Amino acid sequence: MATTQAASETTGEHAAGTEVPSDAHATGGFPPFNSETFASQILWLAITFGLLYWIMNKVALPRIAGILEDRRDRIAGDLAEANRLKQEGDAAVAAYEQALAEARNRAHGIAHDTREKLKAETEARRNEAEEGLSKKLAEAEARIGEIKTEALSHVSEIATDTATALVESLIGKAPTKTELSKAVDGAMK
Amino acid sequence: MAQDPIHQFQISKIIPIEVGSLDLSFTNSALFMVATVAVTSLFLIMGTSGRGLVPSRWQSMVEMSYEFVASTLRSSAGNEGMRFFPFVFSLFMFVLIANLLGMFPYFFTVTSHIIVTFALAMLVISTVVVYGFAKHGTKFLGLFVPHGVPGALIPLVTLIEVISFLSRPISLSVRLFANMLAGHITLKVFTGFVVSLLASESLGLFGPVTSILPLIMGVALTGLEFLVAFLQAYVFTVLTCMYLNDALHPSH
Repeated sequence: MATTQAASETTGEHAAGTEVPSDAHATGGFPPFNSETFASQILWLAITFGLLYWIMNKVALPRIAGILEDRRDRIAGDLAEANRLKQEGDAAVAAYEQALAEARNRAHGIAHDTREKLKAETEARRNEAEEGLSKKLAEAEARIGEIKTEALSHVSEIATDTATALVESLIGKAPTKTELSKAVDGAMK
Repeated sequence: MAQDPIHQFQISKIIPIEVGSLDLSFTNSALFMVATVAVTSLFLIMGTSGRGLVPSRWQSMVEMSYEFVASTLRSSAGNEGMRFFPFVFSLFMFVLIANLLGMFPYFFTVTSHIIVTFALAMLVISTVVVYGFAKHGTKFLGLFVPHGVPGALIPLVTLIEVISFLSRPISLSVRLFANMLAGHITLKVFTGFVVSLLASESLGLFGPVTSILPLIMGVALTGLEFLVAFLQAYVFTVLTCMYLNDALHPSH
């Protein structure tokens, strides 16, 4: 005991210079190696560590594990729900796109049909109009021909009358019709 | 006495209990063991009282410590190792909180006594041995005979393996004990210098001026000691996990 006390005194002096170790050191030297306290420390360690183990095993850890599991379940559930909603959304988009494509096709068809119909109608109307025009043209031409022949038939008559008037005023005597028409016909040839 | 670096490890009786010749007193060491259990339990149970789906800061610290120990155990001992989770978690929290409580001035550091760390180490090793034999029977001894070793070398290798196995509780306990002890002594010595330099009359003005140096050292060492307190708890836990892995999978 005396040697351990001496040892602790030297340690004490190293650190503090002039300090004298307390009486407590006299009982066992360097405290961690004092075997007198071992039994008590082991006993209380066993009691406290056993208690801690029991609390951890029965209360704390199941509780934390429960919280973590709840969270994991919730996240997994939310992800599944999100996935389901996404699939629904995708299906809706696909349906919408299909409907859109159908509508576009139909619109295309309707536009095409209408265009064709209008074209045919326009064509028909134009044909009709052209027919009417050409008929009128033919009629007009016929009338022109008629008028022309008529006019031409009047020419000799006018010429005869004019010639009669001319001759009468020149010589004071009207020529006979036969002479006149012979002369007019000759001039007109 | 105030500057004696060993005084902080002194065990004093609070409630003397004697059974026959055995001294089983409730000491300051026992008080801090109780405090460690109380702090750990309150930290874990009050932190989770909200049972929040979105954790509060406190609760996320609790969850972090849980996940931290769980991932350490799972990575060294696999999923089968999770059966030891309450044990490993208790060990980690006990050592960590005891180390951290020891960082308070005038507080007693439970883990600075070799008998405490040795008892914990023996608890680990006896768990390994008992579980190893209970689960694998004599095959557990295959732990000492590694595969792929040439026949002539087997006795030598087995001897080395046995010695290394037997030294495990010693290395496990001495590592923690020595780190805590040395750290606390160093801290006490350096901060003791501050007081000595301030109080010394022979140095005149020189003493108070230079006392800043050990003070800076003391502050730095305090930071280091917090790191060591955590690191040693972690090292103790990791090694425990590796030893438990041997009990679960004795063949190398």
